Amino acid sequence: MTTQVGSTMPVHEEPYSGPLLDVRDLHVEFKTRDGVARAVNGVNYSVSAGETLAVLGESGSGKSVTAQAIMGILDMPPARIPQGEILFRGKDMLTMGREERRQIRGQRIAMIFQDALSSLNPVLTVGYQLGEMYRAHHGTDRKEAKAKAIELMERVRIPAAAERVGDYPHQFSGGMRQRIMIAMALALEPDLIIADEPTTALDVTVQAQVMDLLAELQSEYHMGLILITHDLGVVADVADKIAVMYAGRIVETAPVHDLYAAPAHPYTRGLLDSIPRLDQKGQELYAIKGLPPNLMRIPPGCAFNPRCPRAQEICRREVPRLFEVTGDNDSPVPGRGSACFFWKETLHDADDA
Amino acid sequence: MTPMTPNGATPVGAALAEEAAFEKPVSRGEPILEVRDLVKHFPLTRGVVFKKQVGAVKAVDGVSFDLMQGETLGIVGESGCGKSTLAKVLMNLEPATAGSVRYKGEEISHLTGSALKAVRRNIQMVFQDPYTSLNPRMTVGDIIGEPYEIHPEVAPKGDRRKAVQDLLDVVGLNPEYINRYPHQFSGGQRQRIGIARGLALKPEIIICDEPVSALDVSVQAQVINLLEKLQNEFNLSYMFIAHDLSIVRHISDRVGVMYLGRIVEIGTDEEIYEHPTHPYTQALLSAVPVPDPVARESRDRIVLVGDVPSPANPPSGCRFRTRCWKAQEKCAQEVPALTVREWLEGPAAHDSACHFAAERENGQ
Repeated sequence: MTTQVGSTMPVHEEPYSGPLLDVRDLHVEFKTRDGVARAVNGVNYSVSAGETLAVLGESGSGKSVTAQAIMGILDMPPARIPQGEILFRGKDMLTMGREERRQIRGQRIAMIFQDALSSLNPVLTVGYQLGEMYRAHHGTDRKEAKAKAIELMERVRIPAAAERVGDYPHQFSGGMRQRIMIAMALALEPDLIIADEPTTALDVTVQAQVMDLLAELQSEYHMGLILITHDLGVVADVADKIAVMYAGRIVETAPVHDLYAAPAHPYTRGLLDSIPRLDQKGQELYAIKGLPPNLMRIPPGCAFNPRCPRAQEICRREVPRLFEVTGDNDSPVPGRGSACFFWKETLHDADDA
Repeated sequence: MTPMTPNGATPVGAALAEEAAFEKPVSRGEPILEVRDLVKHFPLTRGVVFKKQVGAVKAVDGVSFDLMQGETLGIVGESGCGKSTLAKVLMNLEPATAGSVRYKGEEISHLTGSALKAVRRNIQMVFQDPYTSLNPRMTVGDIIGEPYEIHPEVAPKGDRRKAVQDLLDVVGLNPEYINRYPHQFSGGQRQRIGIARGLALKPEIIICDEPVSALDVSVQAQVINLLEKLQNEFNLSYMFIAHDLSIVRHISDRVGVMYLGRIVEIGTDEEIYEHPTHPYTQALLSAVPVPDPVARESRDRIVLVGDVPSPANPPSGCRFRTRCWKAQEKCAQEVPALTVREWLEGPAAHDSACHFAAERENGQ
């Protein structure tokens, strides 16, 4: 194995034409005192360079656990990956050696976390933490690392970067801290960025700034982006395609326009309907009844069946696979799928409404 | 109006008087709460033994509004704008630095002892985080029944268990859960417990401080529906504090927008959302992500530069001027009053604290 530590040169690889990241039938479970919690139960998705995939789901849907599995930062045990592949440029990362994986983590795939304050080290200056990326991965010396840190801070538009490079995280506002997180993820110009709820802790006006910055940098570097969120509004703003997760499974995948125009899964439909809308003021909001399932006791059949208005006998018996969704002229819509036996009815329901 | 279903006959958790519940009351009564020039400053001190005041965090700095009987007043604003401090001052959990709060015409901001206790019965609060606002060592029955310990006149001792079970039924929980502990419930159910506790003393005003922001999207709608149902059933007045603008619009009759301790614009939901005249309101509304990918190409967003200034040292004149694209010399010198500007007409003519208040032109 060739070692890349100490070289600042980009890694030369033969061109690769497939998707950047391809997750296949991933399962993750956690061993707890009360039993096994199945957090991820067969997730498939892929991201190409320059593409934005939004993974949408409520808390406990497995969206963050999938991301952690991709990054290789799950605590194992208690977590276990009994099944599945995570292919990065065609190579399975789950079977790689530790050292090989380390070369990818941070350098080729980087992650932006939700809470910038607890993700930054409070006792080290931001300049030191930014420079650490270069020192650890490229063996850059201190002085040069500091210069690079300033450059990064300027790139994410932190005003007066040269003066602020010696400041500590608590001296920055929430939006600025999130920019530092983005700068850190960008430092080594990765091919793929995973952003786990990057703007959830921020105010709306700052959220708009940060999302704009992220989208701009993504197109500048032609990176793949996985955006994990629960906010249907944020997704509509930036995503190319969407994967909706429920109880550790993808229940619907679709290009962004199709999903909002006509959802093909009752869960997605319910989520969209429960957003307050202008023309429904004064009326009762649509609410999905019931609660998300306990991951230790996922209902048999379709996990959504106890809350679904459309549930039939078959939904309680069989687990629906991800059916291919066809458009008006019965030709399949590329990239569209729905894990519902009655996706056709759901889709046409939306047309009537 | 359809007649109310008799309470005992409904199945557990069923909505009472479902059809009547979403009819908005036609007439609004007198203001039940009048707030005038309310100020709350937190002193900043230096020194250990001799604490010298070196400044103050001006969390709430001159807020005035009326809350009408049976109405929902929404308060929106970013974190740090003072909306939660405002709620605490109204509840008398924090003493006001200056200004007045009148409940049914009676000044309540300086009350103490039994007079304060009597007023508090009528103003209750629902908190943001259902995980930390319920005592984990108390059963649900004890949590909801605790207000009766303080105000025994509401429910005599023998009736309390029954009263708590009725409350559980009203908020859509199984009355048999009375002996369970908070950890046995999900987030949405816990928020229902918090609401039941707020209702226990049959208050007239409920202050909801971000009641749904800690909940999942699919559960949020359930809680919002519950709050609306209860309002109509018990003729409650709500002050609804939140940062989610679409939810505030859905539930509110009137909306006030706060920025750095002041209300910058207040009006009916239509006036604020369709005809905003304050630049901050316009920026805030345009920044809200719309769950519609078609709209993302067509709408023109105002992306504000910079962050909210520190409330310890707010800018002179208009507090928004440091981030405002309309700012002029006048904005730095004169504090804009919250009034209707004479040049505005129709729905745009509502209270707005901007020297240059104007609706946004399309295609700007």
